[in-house]
Amino acid sequence: MATKTHNERAWWFVLPVVLLVAFNALVPLMTVVNYSVQESFSQGVWFWSGVDWFEDTLNSSRFQAALGRQLMFTGVILAIEIPLGIAIALTMPKSGPWVPVCLVLMALPLLIPWNVVGAMWNIFALPDIGLLGYTVNALGIDYDYTQQPISAWITVIAMDVWHWTSLVVLLAYAGLASIPDAYYQAAKIDGAGRWAVFRHIELPKMNRVLTIAILLRFMDSFMIYTEPFVLTGGGPGNSTTFLSIDLVKKALGEFDLGPAAAMSLIYFLITLLVSWLFYTLMTRQEEG
Amino acid sequence: MATIGLKNLRHSYMPKPLAPEDYALKEIDLEWQDGGAYALLGPSGCGKSTLLNIISGLVTPSEGRIEFDGHDVTALPPDQRNIAQVFQFPVIYDTMTVYDNLAFPLRNRGVGKAEIDARVREITAMLELDDMLTRRASGLPPDAKQKISMGRGLVRNDVNVIMFDEPLTVIDPHLKWKLRSKLKELHHKVRATMIYVTHDQTEALTFADQVVVMDDGVIVQIGTPVDLFERPAHTFVGHFIGSPGMNVIPCQIENGRAVVDGVPVATENAPGEKSGRMEVGVRPEFVTLAAEGIPARIIRVADTGRHRIVETELSGVKVHAVIGEGASIPEGSAHLAFDPARTRVYADGWLVGGSH
Amino acid sequence: MTLELRNVTKRVGVDMHIHDTSLTLASSGFNILLGATNAGKTTLIKMMAGLERPTSGEIWFNGQNVTGISPQKRNISLVHQFFVNYPSMSVYDNIASPLRVARVGRKEIERRVGEAAELLRLTPYLKRRPAELSGGQQQRTALARAIVKDSGLVLLDEPLANLDYKLREELRDQLPGLFAGRGAIVVYATSEPSEALMLGGHTATVMAGMVTQFGETGTIYRAPQDVATAQVFSDPPINLTKAIKRGGEIDLGTTRLKASGPIATRPDGPYTLGIRPHFVTSAAQSPDAAPISGVVQVTELTGAESIAHFEMGGSIWVAQSPGVHAYAIGEHHEFWVDPAGCIFFDAQGALVAA
Repeated sequence: MATKTHNERAWWFVLPVVLLVAFNALVPLMTVVNYSVQESFSQGVWFWSGVDWFEDTLNSSRFQAALGRQLMFTGVILAIEIPLGIAIALTMPKSGPWVPVCLVLMALPLLIPWNVVGAMWNIFALPDIGLLGYTVNALGIDYDYTQQPISAWITVIAMDVWHWTSLVVLLAYAGLASIPDAYYQAAKIDGAGRWAVFRHIELPKMNRVLTIAILLRFMDSFMIYTEPFVLTGGGPGNSTTFLSIDLVKKALGEFDLGPAAAMSLIYFLITLLVSWLFYTLMTRQEEG
Repeated sequence: MATIGLKNLRHSYMPKPLAPEDYALKEIDLEWQDGGAYALLGPSGCGKSTLLNIISGLVTPSEGRIEFDGHDVTALPPDQRNIAQVFQFPVIYDTMTVYDNLAFPLRNRGVGKAEIDARVREITAMLELDDMLTRRASGLPPDAKQKISMGRGLVRNDVNVIMFDEPLTVIDPHLKWKLRSKLKELHHKVRATMIYVTHDQTEALTFADQVVVMDDGVIVQIGTPVDLFERPAHTFVGHFIGSPGMNVIPCQIENGRAVVDGVPVATENAPGEKSGRMEVGVRPEFVTLAAEGIPARIIRVADTGRHRIVETELSGVKVHAVIGEGASIPEGSAHLAFDPARTRVYADGWLVGGSH
Repeated sequence: MTLELRNVTKRVGVDMHIHDTSLTLASSGFNILLGATNAGKTTLIKMMAGLERPTSGEIWFNGQNVTGISPQKRNISLVHQFFVNYPSMSVYDNIASPLRVARVGRKEIERRVGEAAELLRLTPYLKRRPAELSGGQQQRTALARAIVKDSGLVLLDEPLANLDYKLREELRDQLPGLFAGRGAIVVYATSEPSEALMLGGHTATVMAGMVTQFGETGTIYRAPQDVATAQVFSDPPINLTKAIKRGGEIDLGTTRLKASGPIATRPDGPYTLGIRPHFVTSAAQSPDAAPISGVVQVTELTGAESIAHFEMGGSIWVAQSPGVHAYAIGEHHEFWVDPAGCIFFDAQGALVAA
């Protein structure tokens, strides 16, 4: 039964939030929508351009390439971070004095600001003076993220995995910790092996937190900007120019407000759509 | 199925137990027959769950052995003991259908497909789950889920014992008696050794042929429901079983007779010599308000619909009497009379002349 | 003091949770809401507390309309089925918390907490945290908090449901004494008829969102005004059967009973007969008792009583006999019906004679 106290005055409490959201989100969004359907040649002179910018953006090979890179990046980091996070969570102790130590160690990378992470890896991976870059080269592997697209990609991905796998670990660990002992005991009695315990108990019980983890990691990685920008600046060439970097280049670097606005709206809609898809798919699986 | 022997079991959760209070189980020595229905009954903290976990292998006893059919299994882990256990909260595999949940323990043991199918269908029919075989187990109500948990134990024909750990905790009150009687019926059909752990006397007495009553890590009585009600071996059993429980009244022993408040009380067992704390035990059903007897003050009368429970007090001790619908109840004070055939003397809690 | 529900209803979406209900509760003795799980007891309690607003109708407390007034602004105590205490506070602070909110002086708090703790036998545990207590002690802490508050309305929503059997018995015996003479209106929700009887006072039987009858507990139990009330107020379930009165006899089809008591003067014809299980027993309880027999399906032992569910004439009957009996399942067994326990209803289910 729903627990609800009816009191019309409660609406007044919500009002400040409504106003805040309006100024914070709706007004800028509407400005963007406004820009996306007009063209400006000089300050203050605007022409109606309809959906031209949207068509241009969608047809531009530059946008398609950036979108492709973006999807690739998000796909790769999800494919690494989610299983890796679960695996680490499974190996963590369930009780005892090591639990807080593990949790603090895991939380450390999450406490470092994005730009610092980018700067750290920027130096860490430099082939001539960086500890990582120097070591890898010393091992005879040709590695230089400032020159080779492959090296740049590996570095960006390694950096993201280092920074964000902890989040998945912590969420998965919370999910695992909530499984009552009776389940493990029953599985032992039923003669279930380690894999069966994971497949039929641990994974289903982690379902909810993993949905949240995937959603958070998707949205965050899809909009990633600071770290790769600080690390590679989108290079070498355009090889690590993700959507957000491209967008900023366009809007601020080239001051193409119309196309940039159209692009950001498309970007926003893609994020929204994919998030919704993820969410409905994962929750439906849970109910069905 | 197997005979289960518990030989001189003691268990403590402390690394170095010294005093008897350090032991959660003090000294357990008993044998359970193959195919019997047993209940472990006692209040929370009495050690019944510890005993259950020792039998299932989740806890290793500090001292003593567990034998299945004469084989020492004390050192074996749970999966090698061939036991089944139903927990307080239903444990089901969310991703599987009802059918797969029941087939799971058989598949893990490499049983053939045709045999699995036959066993699962037989057991689900018994449990009245056969109309939901293809449904996902996660969406079912608690009573159906608990039946699935039971079914996973019942499908296996290699189990030595099926154990139930307060299995009706999450079941709606009006469905409890159905499941309770279903269990009894299942035992009649499959004749497996079953051990049922509970703090609820109705559940224990309804299910079991033999009830083991535990208090503070000690077995205080093993007996049939009739034994426990009619001839409690310990005042704890008398108090714990029955509602309200048995009246326990301090007494003196004078010339080989029990004396309460200066009034001699005839008892079924001979009181013998005074040894320790002496008490008279009589169930409220066998206390009457009479013209003569032990004077008592009437405190309260509660109407249960079928009869009235009169709460009286005699020198600081509360004594309950169950009085029929028609009988009149005096106001203020009354005299209590005890049925001599149902009144017994206890020394330090134990029945005088009992087997203890 | 009175608490009045005036034509109160509660609808959630399209579901009627509470149908048009009017009740006047007084401060003498317990007011018991008796009904099965989901009958609407908790919804009624929440509306009385102001935690839920009725869809229509009004709630009056001491001649004042309190509909829609939030619980914080009214002096109410609520004890839940689950043990709700502040986990980080000691038992003492838990009990003192409502007094601190009400800005009662320190000396006074000490006195009242001490008194309540003594009453509920919590004095040795005052320094402990709730997690270090047993379930019974935790619930006693919650009850102590309700007592110190001296509220005009005390709502107890199945407070004993989650306690061990023996603890429940003990606390149930204590409850009426705890609130006696405090002048508060006490509302107690329960799903167990025996609990309602033991607590006495007044009872409202609730079925499917409707109060079927309200009145003195013993009266409702012995003379329920309709079949629904009799069903709510019977555990094990009351036996219901068709019967025909012919002169001095009641014909059940399977057996005949002597028509004695109030039914003797009623007209001949068909009736619905309700017989509580404890009037169907293994041994005859009165010279007028008539034998019936059936195949035993299920048996239950409660300790002092044995219950048998048996099949007779296509329907299931329940017998409740004193003592411990071993019935053989699947076998024929004879039982005795005591005519003194018969309740007669007419074709519409309304009480004729009890």
